[in-house]
Amino acid sequence: MLQLFKFKGGVKPDTHKAPSVQQPIGRAPLPPLLVVPLHQSIGGQPTPLVETGDYVRKGQCIGSADKWLSSAVHAPSSGTVIAVEERVAAHPSGLPTLCVVIATDGRDEWIERAPIDYQSLAPERVREILRDAGVVGLGGAVFPSHAKLAAAKSVAMDELIINGAECEPFMTCDDLLMRERAEEIVRGAGIFRDLLQPKRVLIGIEDNKPEAVAAMSAALQKLGEDFAEFEVIAVPTRYPAGGAKQLIRVLTGKEVPASRRSPEMGVQCFNVATAYTAWRAIAHGEPLISRIVTLTGNVEAPRNWEVLIGTPIKDFVALGGPKADTDNYLMGGPMMGFEVPSLEAPLVKASNCIIAGSRTLFPPAPPEMPCIRCGACAQVCPHELAPFEMYWFARAKNFGKTQEYKIFDCIECGCCSYVCPSHIPLVQYFRFAKSEIWSREREKNLADAAKARFEARNERDERDKAEKAARLAKAAAAKKAAPTPEAGAANAAPTAESPADAASEAQTAKKAAIAAAIERARVQREAVQPKNTDGLTIAQRKEIAEIEARRAPLQTLQTAFDMPAGNPRGTENTETTEGSAAPRSTQRND
Amino acid sequence: MTFTTPPYLSQNVSVQRVMLQVLAALLPAIAVYVWLLGPAVLVQLIVASVTALLAEAAMLKLRDRPLALFLGDGSAIVTAWLIALAFPPLAPWWLIVVGVLFAIVIAKHLYGGLGQNPFNPAMIAFAVGIVSFPALMSQWPPVDTNAGFADQLALIFGFAPRLDAMSGATPLDALKTALKLGEGATSVAKIVADSNTYGYLAGHGWEWVAAAYLLGGLWLWQRKIISWHAPLAFIGGIALPASALWLWHPDQFANPLFHLFSGGSMLGAFFIVTDPVSGCTTPKGKLIFGFAAGVLAYLIRVFGGYPDGVAFAVLLLNIGVPLIDLYTQPPIFGMKGKP
Repeated sequence: MLQLFKFKGGVKPDTHKAPSVQQPIGRAPLPPLLVVPLHQSIGGQPTPLVETGDYVRKGQCIGSADKWLSSAVHAPSSGTVIAVEERVAAHPSGLPTLCVVIATDGRDEWIERAPIDYQSLAPERVREILRDAGVVGLGGAVFPSHAKLAAAKSVAMDELIINGAECEPFMTCDDLLMRERAEEIVRGAGIFRDLLQPKRVLIGIEDNKPEAVAAMSAALQKLGEDFAEFEVIAVPTRYPAGGAKQLIRVLTGKEVPASRRSPEMGVQCFNVATAYTAWRAIAHGEPLISRIVTLTGNVEAPRNWEVLIGTPIKDFVALGGPKADTDNYLMGGPMMGFEVPSLEAPLVKASNCIIAGSRTLFPPAPPEMPCIRCGACAQVCPHELAPFEMYWFARAKNFGKTQEYKIFDCIECGCCSYVCPSHIPLVQYFRFAKSEIWSREREKNLADAAKARFEARNERDERDKAEKAARLAKAAAAKKAAPTPEAGAANAAPTAESPADAASEAQTAKKAAIAAAIERARVQREAVQPKNTDGLTIAQRKEIAEIEARRAPLQTLQTAFDMPAGNPRGTENTETTEGSAAPRSTQRND
Repeated sequence: MTFTTPPYLSQNVSVQRVMLQVLAALLPAIAVYVWLLGPAVLVQLIVASVTALLAEAAMLKLRDRPLALFLGDGSAIVTAWLIALAFPPLAPWWLIVVGVLFAIVIAKHLYGGLGQNPFNPAMIAFAVGIVSFPALMSQWPPVDTNAGFADQLALIFGFAPRLDAMSGATPLDALKTALKLGEGATSVAKIVADSNTYGYLAGHGWEWVAAAYLLGGLWLWQRKIISWHAPLAFIGGIALPASALWLWHPDQFANPLFHLFSGGSMLGAFFIVTDPVSGCTTPKGKLIFGFAAGVLAYLIRVFGGYPDGVAFAVLLLNIGVPLIDLYTQPPIFGMKGKP
């Protein structure tokens, strides 16, 4: 028996899992309309391959991966594309996203499918196939699986973890999948094993699912020798044991910090449903077009359904018969899920569970009280953070401090909020702080880029100016060297036209040479000395950059007036006075 | 449409429940008090509670905070009870009122109310009392002078002159004074044997109050309202110097058990240094906080001019809390054994 490890913290909410495991997985009826968002996974946004009016068949690729970290999207059934447009997404924001809307024809006509002999293919090719089959992490994170299927170059892969923990209350989709389709999960994990070459494959299942443990063990036994390094392990039930990092910790003792990827520590983790999907894709040529979704909570008939991706939530919840007092629907579990913004939104690859909520099931949170620093949150934090400290600083918008307290190690599992006696929505504060930090980071990058562009332009202008001045100085020197009889006359008779011209030209050249020298000295000085703007805040620097940008054209204008006519830059420089200099000139010059 | 936020489940906990459990943990000590001295202490508890609630309500009103929510959280009552129990049981009513007002108005609300106070309000009240009214704060009735309830009431509400018979020193204070007067000629053992002020471990009767605090504290620990770190460290902080000095010179220094069951040791260990708001929050920080407070309390009560040192020790350590917390942050998941 494998020695198990413990992760610190965690909570034990009531599981509420029993109601939805009474029935086997049902096959949801074909809805009249399928709304398939193109962007369903972490990474790039797939490019649409179909247009309105196109006929698509079941399994046809309708959105291709646009880069390596992206995943294809497929038509879940046959029918006609009636729109490629923005529709409300299954996202807490309720913002629309580009969707392919398919009116199904009821024939459910498949594309041609063929099993793939993956063992004869290069690993690179297998990963491409998985990407093009739209295989992503179905535990909820929807990270493209193919991108996780490469071992680190320098670290041997010790363990492959197959995550069947399913620690979120109410959710039972993985449980039922393991009970009913254990063999295919194991075979799918076998593909991952072949790609990653780990020493051991550990299938972790929370010990409140003895049926799933038994089914998976039986499947292993049946499949025999080929899966000798596989082991099914019941892990103690404690939320969030199903978090990848927590399960890795429990099964291997390894702690993967936020700053590292798990393959660097010789371990990788996949959800059971992901393994199952990978097997369907390889052994049957079926891309990911459906998944198991738990429908539970305040419904008459809680159950797990195999549902086509893109099924509108309203069609799906009708299968369970929501009770009269249902007032909201959650997608995902009650700990980390979110309230569905609209029942028009479709089920997506990330949708593992829909919970009908009511005031009795999820009573509204009591009023928020001040933090009394009791530290209960720190005791349950599985990442051993100090949530109350992060809360304190997030509230004060002291985001630098939140980072010192490692806010980006927070996995937003909600344990802290769950135990808080002051009912503080801690996770919301952390999300707020994280998004503020991200947006500031973005702004800073933009400002830095603008500043760099602006400085590059200034340097170029100065260089041009100096070159011009040097040319003029050279010309003047050449003129001086040649004996000019007019020179004396010019001094004597300044009214004479041509000598005056020559004199003024020589003077201008001299002036320009001096200006160029001063300019060179300034540039050199600037290069050596630290600028007094270095210690300023981003906002201040941005402001300075803007002021400099406004001043620059005026200065160049000034020089243009000083310069003799015929300077090609002169006209160009005057042009810049029309608008704000930096961005315009960049557009023109770059 | 307003969106709710995850998690949608929560444990059945609240500030009020925490505070109620702290109050419940004080009940054994209150019971022993009543058994020793009669119901006078109940009067003090009521005076303190009423004052605390009125002060809290007034401050909430001034600060424009929801009255019902905050009055109901129970934190003011906890402060009031701790003050009533830390002050001499027959102290005049106004002394309690002054202490409670100071704690609620200044130590709590002027710093921002619940959760914001850097200093332990009950200890602020005690410090204010003992600095401003040292004589009144040092008069503890001997437990066997069982005056009638009416006499006690008269004493509390100032209708009767404060009789010497009703106002002895605490056993801790008595021992210190006797040792000082003896100038090395007497010994702890002799003093304890000669006077009926002392019981089995420490002060006669008072040791049972201390034991009741210990009992209530262990219950809080068992309920996971408090962690073991600060109380154990505080007890260690008193016991360690007490043991060392007692072993070195048993005639002049009382044994560690005497110190642990005297004065505010047990109250401090389980109800004061465990205050989450004004105390340390990291496990290591709690140990440092508790231990340092214990050592300081011992030094003040043995070598200082005050009958007990718990209040000053705790207040001094309260100042150090942010610093201690900053330097004792435990390593997080995945970052253990790394800088």
